[in-house]
Amino acid sequence: MATASVATHDTAHDHHDHEHHDNFVTKYIFSTDHKMIGKQFLLTGIFWALIGGLLSVLFRLQLGFPDMNLEWLRPLLGGWITETGQLDQTFYLALVTMHGTIMVFFVLTAGLSGTFSNFLIPLQIGARDMASGFMNMLSYWFFFISSVIMFISLFIKTGPAGGGWVVYPPLSALEQAIPGSGLGMTLWLIAMTFFIASSLLGGINYITTVINLRTKGMSFSRLPLTIWAFFLTAVIGLLSFPVLFAAALLLVFDRSFGTSFYLSDIYIGGEALPNTGGSPVLYQHLFWFLGHPEVYIVLLPALGITSEVIATNSRKPIFGYKAMIISMLGITILSFIVWAHHMFVSGMNPFLGSIFMFLTLIIAIPSAVKVFNYLTTLWRGNLIFTPAMLFSIGLVSFFISGGLTGIFLGNSAIDIQLHDTYFVVAHFHLVMGSASFFGLVAGVYHWFPKMFGRMMDARLGYVHFWLTFVGVYMVFFPMHYIGIAGFPRRYYSWTGFEFSNMYTDLNMFVSVAAIITFAAQFIFLFNFFYSMYRGRKATQNPWRSNTLEWTTPIHPGHGNWPGEIPTVYRWPYDYSKPGAKEDFIPQTVPLSATPESNLPHEQELVKLELEIMKEESEALVANEAKES
Amino acid sequence: MEKELKYVDLVEQPISMHPKKFALWLFMVTVVMIFAALTSAYIVRQAEGNWLEYDLPEIFWFTSGIVLLSSVFLHWAYISAKKDNLLQLRIGMSIAVALGIAFLVGQWYSWVALVDRQVFFVGNPSGSFLYVFTGLHGLHLISGVIFLIIVLISSFRYKVHSQSMDTMEMATSYWHFLGGLWIYLFMFLLLNH
Repeated sequence: MATASVATHDTAHDHHDHEHHDNFVTKYIFSTDHKMIGKQFLLTGIFWALIGGLLSVLFRLQLGFPDMNLEWLRPLLGGWITETGQLDQTFYLALVTMHGTIMVFFVLTAGLSGTFSNFLIPLQIGARDMASGFMNMLSYWFFFISSVIMFISLFIKTGPAGGGWVVYPPLSALEQAIPGSGLGMTLWLIAMTFFIASSLLGGINYITTVINLRTKGMSFSRLPLTIWAFFLTAVIGLLSFPVLFAAALLLVFDRSFGTSFYLSDIYIGGEALPNTGGSPVLYQHLFWFLGHPEVYIVLLPALGITSEVIATNSRKPIFGYKAMIISMLGITILSFIVWAHHMFVSGMNPFLGSIFMFLTLIIAIPSAVKVFNYLTTLWRGNLIFTPAMLFSIGLVSFFISGGLTGIFLGNSAIDIQLHDTYFVVAHFHLVMGSASFFGLVAGVYHWFPKMFGRMMDARLGYVHFWLTFVGVYMVFFPMHYIGIAGFPRRYYSWTGFEFSNMYTDLNMFVSVAAIITFAAQFIFLFNFFYSMYRGRKATQNPWRSNTLEWTTPIHPGHGNWPGEIPTVYRWPYDYSKPGAKEDFIPQTVPLSATPESNLPHEQELVKLELEIMKEESEALVANEAKES
Repeated sequence: MEKELKYVDLVEQPISMHPKKFALWLFMVTVVMIFAALTSAYIVRQAEGNWLEYDLPEIFWFTSGIVLLSSVFLHWAYISAKKDNLLQLRIGMSIAVALGIAFLVGQWYSWVALVDRQVFFVGNPSGSFLYVFTGLHGLHLISGVIFLIIVLISSFRYKVHSQSMDTMEMATSYWHFLGGLWIYLFMFLLLNH
């Protein structure tokens, strides 16, 4: 580092040198190092993604091949295969429920935000670690406990929760309703409580770290967009997860203590239940107050990762840095005032529906700004098609095609026809599911060298990308047609209805595509684990990127930088700056060192910069004199 | 030691706040969100009718007074700690803890009073909500009392003084917050009853 402020004596760093006597347990299991915790989240997320994907393949078998004999699955599913070799109907409900829960919360919230917020925040803002390493460790282990409980619920006799991932009462509140509302539902609620605690602990840490532990010179206007995205994601989580907790708490009271928050005037088998005075719509309000922001908790980190990857691999500054931040802020705020668009047909006041429709459609503006900025960043850039870059471009594609259908669904009148059909399934799987998943994968490809000091194989990455990209469209595009035809989601069988039984071939096609796409993920898995041990050794800055994490050693220790934390002198997107020798200028290079490429207003800043550096070196000298 | 601290401060961002204090504030935000959700649920549910009307237990007036008084004593202890008056610190904190426990006992008696009025946890949501509000707030208050006791013990070990105020400051803000939260809940119940 050619910066004047790098000191030879640093008390903070001396202190950190003493912490390298980790044994196996403190290094790999109960680690407080944000990098290890990030990897723990990643591996757990990958595990859950496999389970979640496998469940979707199981119910796709039922939807695509309703007459198929599934006897060969008996070793895996046991009693859930009926005597005639069919998938058990209540288990089908459990499958879709658990697929949703696992993918939304365990993979795309914990696996995405947990991995990259933990791994990248301290590295990109220039901090030794998170604000509280202990809380961070606790966050992972709460997630782990939650995972264990949710995993156990897959194997109990009555099956896991079966009321859909939104667990609407009264279905979820009454044990008599379906087998999945029994013990499975109880375990679901306990697991989610731990999950909420984990998310909140993580979120508090992310926000505190971003606000308080940025290195010198790292102002908010110099933060990489990844950090902005993680920061806003954490803010959204902090404000919305407590509301889910409140909703779940009342549900627990209704289920286990006999209160009537959500239950009223229900007859089961001709017998009236004692509960009166409850309101099931109340639950929907509370749930969707989390549920809608949750969409952005899932999506924003992926968008942040994409900004970084696209700018780096286009060798161009991100187009509209401020516009990106403002649109993310806009999305953050809007995400809290649109929740009732999930409830247009719940019997809600139609006038209220119009208001929520209006607010919902406003979200199209910041989203379109982001898409525009991605495309203009790519426009005439010196594109380098790394696997991460391909997945990021794939994300932009899904964000557009899935976002457009959001405009349809946001209209309360059109929603009467489309709600709860496969059109909705297609919409959110493209815009939220696949887009976020692509962001996650792009992040893994891009930061793998930083995580493990080795490169992933690019060729396998290309194969993985094309199979997945084409596969995802093959799976979800046909669903739009099935949905417009009116076929409802979560139905076990659609062959019994005249209007939908002509879609047999289409459903078969979707199922085959889903199986191929799922199989393609094993290429990624192989690449991931093989490269971890056998991959080509990475250089310090393999993508020639500007951000701080690439100034750390190839295998950063606990504390990230040996010696002093580097100071930041510029924004992170100085790619292909006219006049510069290289096509990238890292954030740690002072403006005074690059007179050939400075813009007029930056030349002004050079003076200020030199003054600050001078003061600092004086302070350092004075300090050393005092010490010796 | 002091020299070192000075130096480290110089390296850090000048605008940064104590991270743990900041994290505590964020935790308080989450608690606010839980109660915001519950109280809005209360309003939404109340607007739908079929709502049991009953009088709030009068003991809430006393418990509100107790919780305010304990905040006053804690603040007195906090100021004393800043002035290194350790005796006053211990007295103030002990009284605050005692009043905190008295508040919890009072809240328990409010439940007894509710049962006397035939308002049960199981039944019309208007009653259930009251139990949830007081119960959840009580749980948070127990965590506050434990926090205060921890600080009280460390004050007897001479670990709280004008040079080491971080935990004391955190305990004070958390306790004031919990007191304020109860006043909000009580006002809310008085207005929306």
